[in-house]
Amino acid sequence: MIEVCNITKRYGHLTAIDRVTFRVEKGEVLAFLGPNGAGKTTTMRILTSFIPATEGTAHVAGFDCADQPDEVKKRIGYLPETPPVYQELTVAEYLMFVGKLRGMTGAGLTQALDRVMERLSLGSVRQRLIANLSRGYRQRVGLAQALIHDPPVLILDEPTVGLDPKQIIEIRELIKSLAGSHSVILSTHILPEATAVCQRVVIINGGRIVAEDTPDQLSARLRKSEKISVTLKAPPANITERFRDVPGVEHVLTTSDPQTVLIECALGKDIREDVARFAVGQNWGLLEMKPVSMTLEDVFLKLTQREDELPKSSETPAGERH
Amino acid sequence: MPPVQAIIAKELRSYFVSPIVYVVGGVFLLTFGFLAYLYIVFTGAQAIQLMQMQGGTAQINLNDLVFRNLFASMRFVLLLILPILTMRLLAEERKLRTFEFLMTAPIRVSEIIVGKFISVYLVFLGMLLLTTLVPLTLALFSDFDWYPVLTGYLGLTLLGGFFLAVGLFASSITENQIVAAFTSFGLLLMCWLLAGLGSLLGDTPAGQVVSYLSFMEHYDHLVRGLIDTKDLVYYVSGTVLMLFLAHRIVDASRWK
Repeated sequence: MIEVCNITKRYGHLTAIDRVTFRVEKGEVLAFLGPNGAGKTTTMRILTSFIPATEGTAHVAGFDCADQPDEVKKRIGYLPETPPVYQELTVAEYLMFVGKLRGMTGAGLTQALDRVMERLSLGSVRQRLIANLSRGYRQRVGLAQALIHDPPVLILDEPTVGLDPKQIIEIRELIKSLAGSHSVILSTHILPEATAVCQRVVIINGGRIVAEDTPDQLSARLRKSEKISVTLKAPPANITERFRDVPGVEHVLTTSDPQTVLIECALGKDIREDVARFAVGQNWGLLEMKPVSMTLEDVFLKLTQREDELPKSSETPAGERH
Repeated sequence: MPPVQAIIAKELRSYFVSPIVYVVGGVFLLTFGFLAYLYIVFTGAQAIQLMQMQGGTAQINLNDLVFRNLFASMRFVLLLILPILTMRLLAEERKLRTFEFLMTAPIRVSEIIVGKFISVYLVFLGMLLLTTLVPLTLALFSDFDWYPVLTGYLGLTLLGGFFLAVGLFASSITENQIVAAFTSFGLLLMCWLLAGLGSLLGDTPAGQVVSYLSFMEHYDHLVRGLIDTKDLVYYVSGTVLMLFLAHRIVDASRWK
């Protein structure tokens, strides 16, 4: 449905995106993940035919974004970072305006309006001026605008920014419900969002794609060992050496909390029982023990930080980064 | 062209829910009415003087003494007022980030420009229509020649269209409405002052070209009751040129 092939966008000497290539199949939800300024919005603007790429080609539903912008625009619903709403109009007036711009008329437009209002629970604010709506409602009006013509392709630039937790869940449910019938690209820098709604994640940093896979596989690929976090009431001074005595332990790392250590063993092994027995036997006062799994957040940080920015040990636990 | 209709309807709605139209329209009508009142009273005083000197009734030409002066003053009023009406047209879209939305909707840039121009032109024509109360009222109490009054209105209609197109162009180059308004003031004042440069250069080819470029001479002809194709061509081509430039600017902003 969406095919991006080696697109590069330069603003003078600044390269915003550099040879970006990816595909989105029909019915797939793809997360575009990256820190601010990574090139997410630029890529989306190229896909919506708003700006042309310096090099490379992008196709939406088989149409070239640079050469056939009219065809591309008809098939895309686009929610930019700031919901593009006119404050002086009511919600219904605004959505009617959008529908008419998209060439809808008469009964078809009225039905589409009712459908989208229902889908985004906007019924209660139908006749309110957009100027008087809260951030969350405006965002929903922005989404309604992108959905009113039921486009096969949706491009959503940070759709949940500025929403409260309940609204975030609602919007995610909505996006999930679109999967299957619509191809969706959504950009975000919130990682759980990508895990929650997307089948595939593209991680972009400094204008380049650094990884592309399913959320699970991404974290599996980067995980080199199993980790257990152990918290003790009275750890001895040489705790890192003492734990090495437990069979299977490969590394023992200290953390910012002097009572907590991180124990690593080979991938696929479970040494929790041995560690617990050992700690209890030494009478260190075992308070807590839990497996540390690598979250998408770790993957993301690992991929988007440059080598020199990384902490000395590349195996630093997640718990320390907060 | 339903998308153009949608743009026009939306723009008109935006104008009438904001105070701009009421303030600008109010000032425009007040100025028109007040100027008309001044010229009429002044003419009346002259008539009384003439009657005292000559005795009997004096022939007073309302066309010369009232309407010509009134139309001549109105071009300055339009220059001050119309940029306020146009300044928001495109600058606001950029400021409020709805510009990207318009540009990614399946609608051509030309349709956006034309739609916005037509909407502001309709607002202006509505204002102009209300001023016809002045000649209609005068017609009840006096005799004057309607023909130069109508060509004067034609002049205001064409001049206003040109000013609005300049304003729309100025609004396309910035996201700041104040900058847009002052840019159109500046451009229009310059265009006005060209008339001065033209008369300074006199009847040379350069002088004729410069005078032609200013909107002054063309407007004067119409106010005096002369309909010349040359003047109509000037306004229509000037308006189209400014709209074309606005189109180029908007289109080019995608490449920045």
